Amino acid sequence: MAVVDEVEIKASSDTLLRGGSARGPRNTGQIIRFLLLFAGGILMVMPIAYMISTSLKWPHEVYNLNFIPDEPTIENYTYVLEDGRFYGWFVNSILIATITTVCNVIFDSLVGYTLCKFRFPGRYIVFIAILSTLMIPTEMLVIPWYIMSQQFGWLDTYWGILFPGLMTAFGTFLMKQFFETVPDDFIEAARIDGLNELQIWWTVAMPLVKPALAALAIFVFLGNWTAFIWPLIVTNSVGMYTLPVGLSSFGDEADVAWELIMTGAAISTIPTLIVFLIFQRFIIRGVVMAGLKG
Amino acid sequence: MKLYRDLTIHQKQIVWAWTFLALPVLFYGVIRFYPTGNAILISFQDWNLLGDRTWTGFDNYSTLFADPVFWKVFKNTFVYLLLGTPISLVISFVIAYHLDKTRFLHGFLRMLYFLPFMTSAVAMAWVWRWFYQPVPIGLFNNALASVGIPQINFLNSTTNALPAILAPAVWAGLGFQIIIFMAGLRAIPRSYYEAARIDGVSTWSILWEITLPLLKPTIVFLVVFSSIGFLRIFDHVFNMTTNNPGGPLNATKPLVLMIYQTAFSSFDMGYAAAQTVVLFVVLLVVSLLQLRLLRDR
Repeated sequence: MAVVDEVEIKASSDTLLRGGSARGPRNTGQIIRFLLLFAGGILMVMPIAYMISTSLKWPHEVYNLNFIPDEPTIENYTYVLEDGRFYGWFVNSILIATITTVCNVIFDSLVGYTLCKFRFPGRYIVFIAILSTLMIPTEMLVIPWYIMSQQFGWLDTYWGILFPGLMTAFGTFLMKQFFETVPDDFIEAARIDGLNELQIWWTVAMPLVKPALAALAIFVFLGNWTAFIWPLIVTNSVGMYTLPVGLSSFGDEADVAWELIMTGAAISTIPTLIVFLIFQRFIIRGVVMAGLKG
Repeated sequence: MKLYRDLTIHQKQIVWAWTFLALPVLFYGVIRFYPTGNAILISFQDWNLLGDRTWTGFDNYSTLFADPVFWKVFKNTFVYLLLGTPISLVISFVIAYHLDKTRFLHGFLRMLYFLPFMTSAVAMAWVWRWFYQPVPIGLFNNALASVGIPQINFLNSTTNALPAILAPAVWAGLGFQIIIFMAGLRAIPRSYYEAARIDGVSTWSILWEITLPLLKPTIVFLVVFSSIGFLRIFDHVFNMTTNNPGGPLNATKPLVLMIYQTAFSSFDMGYAAAQTVVLFVVLLVVSLLQLRLLRDR
């Protein structure tokens, strides 16, 4: 009897440890767990799936419940893109998200590196000052930013949209954490080799924190790609809108043509989804890193 | 250059450090700290962007606290928080807990759950807005009608609209929370589970006595992080109610939307700035309270 118990305990603890077999669900409990999770997963992607499916439907079919369009068409995409505005908004969004990402990757890591690897008067104050800006919500700053933009003529310009996001305290803090893992000996050795500090940062330290840089880049790009409130405030000509602002005004105007709104929504969602599907493992790891360390 | 060469190694480091920091320090000063001070300053003034700024002391604040719309908005903001945070955390924990134990197609399932996090809030707000339309347009009501259930008025009802808007906000955040929970679960040493198993502890007790207590740092992080998100909700509300932002009858209006309207529809900058200061205080107090309450236990 005792032996049986032991075997049972061993077996169940093995299942617990390995979380089931890699070859397939082992028992009914696991099959049910898998099926429930699968159903939940389908529910999770349903809004995205319906958005794409509707963007491929003819107007007369839009309100049917069928998921697969009877006669799929790219007519909605041609219509929306020929209109020209979405094309412009797309370009604006790409430009702004890219420039902001590059700036963040450079400046956040430069500041993070300096705060981590240099000893100088004022280091602690600068660190605390930057960290404390994490507590200030963007919404509190939009009014002064708007006034500033008005005074300097930045309203309705690319610079106006992107200047608030050029550096982030979150990114600086994240990079500082990661530069802690770079051994000081490496930096010392590079110094003896006669490299200057800028070269050491760029050629020695930066390649060692590539995963963190990638995580930061993903977060900043996604954040700026989807940013809404500030671009909404600072732009006022249709040509300067970013995709979210453009989609919002388009949705209001198209009103009942839901297949066109879904097409616009798909255009602003599909690029990030494709990037995610390609770099899935990488992105999830980056999100965990940024979430836990940041 | 000669001057630089004469410096000691330590002095050279100081020069380099401040060279690297010059631009960033300027940036944080001009784009973060100055505007923060400015917002607080404007909150004590009366200004419509065009005319003169006049000092009004605490007038903006006393008007705000006497405004029934503000209290309605304040309540809505907390309803978003008090519904959104617990619901999203419970759902994401349950999913993460089970997903962690599933090896079969693990990566595929994880992808399904994470996908919504990669979408834009504005795009998804419009998708959900379409779902919520009445028969014969909206997906949800059409689905209900096809099985003979009377249709539900989602976005035009003062009671249903807020939860209807909250749903896509919760949905979009689940992926992130699930991933973070799973990372937290992975970090718990397996020997603890093994020991508990050998002692014959039930699965339920393992969950309550081992998993959840050891997961506390993750839970604290997610509670604070998602609370800040729900207190600042804007994109979903604005886009799902563009015909009457925050409606019907202010039933869905959160604080950030009120700030946006006061500042950029009525151009009452002083009044709006006072609202942003209130938002700042609310965020600060809620985060600090949560950190204190959750850490001590």
